[in-house]
Amino acid sequence: MLTDTGHWEHFPHEADMGIRGIATSLEEAFAQAAVALTAIVTDPATVQARETITITAADPDRELLFVDFLNALIFEMARRHMLFNRFQVTITSDRLSATAQGETVDVTRHQPAVEIKGATYTALVVRRLEDGRWLAQCVVDV
Amino acid sequence: MDRAQFSQDAENTWRIQPFGKMRVPAILYASPSLIDAMDQKVFEQITNVASLPGIVKAAYAMPDAHWGYGFPIGGVAAFDPDAGGVISAGGVGFDISCGVRTLHTGLKRDQILPVQRRLADTLYTTIPAGLGSTGPLRLNSKEMDAMLQGGARWAVEQGYGRPEDLQYVEEHGCMSGARPEEVSQHAKQRQHDEMGTLGSGNHYLEVQHVAEIFAPDVAGVFGIELGDILISIHCGSRGLGHQIGTEFLKSMAVSAPDYGITLPDRELACAPIRSPLGERYLGAMRAGINCALANRQIITHLARQAVAEVLPNADLHLLYDVSHNTCKVEEHAVDGAPRRLFVHRKGATRAYGPGHPELPAAFRAAGQPVLIGGTMGTESYVLVGTTESEQRSFSSACHGAGRAMSRHQATRQWRGRELVDQLATRGILIRSPSLRGIAEEAPGAYKDVSAVVDASHQAGLARKVARLEPMIVVKG
Repeated sequence: MLTDTGHWEHFPHEADMGIRGIATSLEEAFAQAAVALTAIVTDPATVQARETITITAADPDRELLFVDFLNALIFEMARRHMLFNRFQVTITSDRLSATAQGETVDVTRHQPAVEIKGATYTALVVRRLEDGRWLAQCVVDV
Repeated sequence: MDRAQFSQDAENTWRIQPFGKMRVPAILYASPSLIDAMDQKVFEQITNVASLPGIVKAAYAMPDAHWGYGFPIGGVAAFDPDAGGVISAGGVGFDISCGVRTLHTGLKRDQILPVQRRLADTLYTTIPAGLGSTGPLRLNSKEMDAMLQGGARWAVEQGYGRPEDLQYVEEHGCMSGARPEEVSQHAKQRQHDEMGTLGSGNHYLEVQHVAEIFAPDVAGVFGIELGDILISIHCGSRGLGHQIGTEFLKSMAVSAPDYGITLPDRELACAPIRSPLGERYLGAMRAGINCALANRQIITHLARQAVAEVLPNADLHLLYDVSHNTCKVEEHAVDGAPRRLFVHRKGATRAYGPGHPELPAAFRAAGQPVLIGGTMGTESYVLVGTTESEQRSFSSACHGAGRAMSRHQATRQWRGRELVDQLATRGILIRSPSLRGIAEEAPGAYKDVSAVVDASHQAGLARKVARLEPMIVVKG
């Protein structure tokens, strides 16, 4: 899970699942959290980067922007029946644009554990840690 | 939770007197051991709900209450639009009108045993389940709007089921006041190939046998006998409902200050019932209810097809269909006077008592069937609404077991393959596309549904009628 630029984690929630990205930049923290989102469904290592899509979101509140980003991603996963595991995020002022690479769900190979309903405001935190790294986290309803 | 935080009104009835910003008390129905096991978040969330504008009488938590989004799951709260009452997207939940539908089959357990494996396989190949699965129909935008307006009634008109099914569905299968134009294009796009799909997580289709009867009189009225085979379907409004919930949660959270509402928790986002946003959400949420009702109706049709393939003499007809994530306008007596209230039930089942005019004629004298889903390895229950629950909880009862541990913890404790094999030795056949999904849904990851049902029974919210044990489980 640990990489040079950042890492992702899950944290427990009684009924659902918490996702967390920690990285040296805000953008990478968002990208790592997106990998954590995929990891709720399947092992991200099983996802192949066959197709690239673009996601945009806008909100002056960084925390709401984070949830909007995840929900835009959840929408694309649902509509396209796809899983993604590589993300590049750019944030300029209150706007976010991202690319997500992935492939169509293959039930046998991905063994998808659960569908994601939506990202929530529960345990929602986007902030700079004391060591200078960025944290982006929230609970996801499954 | 520490029981010292409550005063006790009666056995299994716990009260939190208003403090801070609470406008009304909070009342929890649970046994001492269920209270002990509940997360402290339930206390926090139910007292937050009790502080919302226009709340009437009390905020209630059912015996299966656990940490939810704004509202606890297992939360019930009624609001008066004439007293500045609010409607909350979190108080309905992401899976709008998720619920349980139970069907009679006219079969007995010994008729299933010789064909159990074939029936399991046929149901599994006929009912789309799990992530990425698609349903039997694709809706264009005109058909989508008709479905959102018509619910299960629309599905029957399209040939999915029989007209007589509708009298055994809440709202007779069609929620009035739906406004499909308030449902976003994204929500409709998410649904375009998902009609007639089960979904995943705790959603399922089960073939069950009646293992125990507690109230023979009511069981007789519901047409249930020992050894009968029933089929239960647990699912909701699929991607469409999730998208409506997601979008309105944000709109309500962002607009709350404009309406003078201070949110103790962003997730408790709400809007006045009498506001443009409140009315838009109501219209969209009701369309979401219709989507769930249509979805369960189409799955019923698919189940009939699958069963007919294996057991041509079976006749599947509805026992009842309940929704446990809703906000509905209902008349309730408050201090002796009838009031028209907006009742939120988030993970709680409506449980009308005997004589309620909305019940089908056949059940009116007995009360409403209250269908409680368990886990794939334990049991489910049929209860009946009581007269007392009108005063105790705006005619509401529990909805299921509720999780006892996180998904992550469950996958560390169980392996999907082992669970499938263990359950098979107990005569329960599991069919699912995902072994990891099975591990996450391990029976041991849930609370004891029997304890939840017993607490509901003892608190007078609903009375036990029958216990059902699974024989076949199709899971997403």
